[in-house]
Amino acid sequence: MTVRVEAMWGTTIRVEVRDALDPTELDVVFDWFGEVDARFSTWRDDSEISRLAAGTLRLADASDDVRTVLARCEDAKQRSGGAFDIAYAVHPRVAPAPGRRLIDPSGFVKGWGVDRAAELLVARGIDAFAINAGGDIVTRGRPRADGGWRIGIQHPDERGCVAAVIELEDGAVATSARYERGDHILDPRTGEPAVGLMSVTVVGADLADADAAATAAMVLGDDGPSWLASLPDVEALCITNDRRVVTTDGFDRHRCHTPSLP
Amino acid sequence: MRRAGPALLATAGALGLLATFHSTPAKLTPSAASAAPPPPTSDPTTTTTAAPVTTRVTSPPTSAARPTTTAAPAAHVVTGSDIGTQFGDVQVQVLVRGTRLLDVRAIRLPYSHSRSQQLSDYAAPRLRSEALQAQSANIDLVSGATYTSEAYIQSLQSALDAARRA
Repeated sequence: MTVRVEAMWGTTIRVEVRDALDPTELDVVFDWFGEVDARFSTWRDDSEISRLAAGTLRLADASDDVRTVLARCEDAKQRSGGAFDIAYAVHPRVAPAPGRRLIDPSGFVKGWGVDRAAELLVARGIDAFAINAGGDIVTRGRPRADGGWRIGIQHPDERGCVAAVIELEDGAVATSARYERGDHILDPRTGEPAVGLMSVTVVGADLADADAAATAAMVLGDDGPSWLASLPDVEALCITNDRRVVTTDGFDRHRCHTPSLP
Repeated sequence: MRRAGPALLATAGALGLLATFHSTPAKLTPSAASAAPPPPTSDPTTTTTAAPVTTRVTSPPTSAARPTTTAAPAAHVVTGSDIGTQFGDVQVQVLVRGTRLLDVRAIRLPYSHSRSQQLSDYAAPRLRSEALQAQSANIDLVSGATYTSEAYIQSLQSALDAARRA
């Protein structure tokens, strides 16, 4: 087993590979994470996102990756009826030039960057690994012969406990919640903090889409669980403010039923 | 308003019977019915299946159960008239022999039932709800709200890693 943990993107990224590797073999993904930061960070004046906001870079001249991400953010906005919108709640650090549109795709880029990192590892023949970027996870393969990666969903009140355990081979898990950094999710439609749910976890094939769906469901509040149930190919677990767990009908097939060791 | 009174009473009576046979279906199965045609099924939710009919009379069930002086009366299936209530239409069918009510079932259900049926059909895929429980489990990874790099050291993921190294 190989584990490498680094502080990046304002959080901590942890890469675990089942097989024993020279840790430098993971440079490929951490270099990629640095590249993503250079291109997308709202904290760097020379990132493409900052230059787009400042008006010194035209969208047509932006890199393929930036245009792809912005197009997918627009898709996510349409799918969620505007509950997910990168043109709102932009960090004040990137106040746009007059007439420029505010954009901060950070909430989408993290998942997208991890999805791409997984492709890089698979292309190198690494077939059993998990990447955890600040609580959002992509997995491939099996860490042990008898099953997939066992993923706990953080309990909102008890730091040492989880609310559920799922088992995943090839997939993605994103959680959006209020318990870690307070009411930092704003409803783009009203500007008010999204306080209707405590936590939303989405399981799917693609981390960027799962993360956008989790954020949108937090914004939708009471309507979040039924909206998630209407999405194809994702399952979700929501924790309400009164500490009930609401899951989509198919979530149970991800649940881990293997007896856990004490 | 006056005319609605008996209709609602009849409905209430029919619903009361339904409730009774929900809880004690065996009591409504006629014990000496071997010579009689099979009674309607005792499950009101399967009322769309064809009814075992001997005689069909379109009249309220209460007017069908008349005393008779002839011996060994045949069993009759009687279909009640459609009664509109504030909850929707109700129609019942009963199996009677002479003055004895042998079985009863609804062939049209109140609005409240059909409405909830519609809702549950519409809501697929459904949601499930349960109480939140804390679990301590043997896990590889933790998914949760995004922590800052400073807060990572206090996270469950970092605690797991520390415990694994120990």
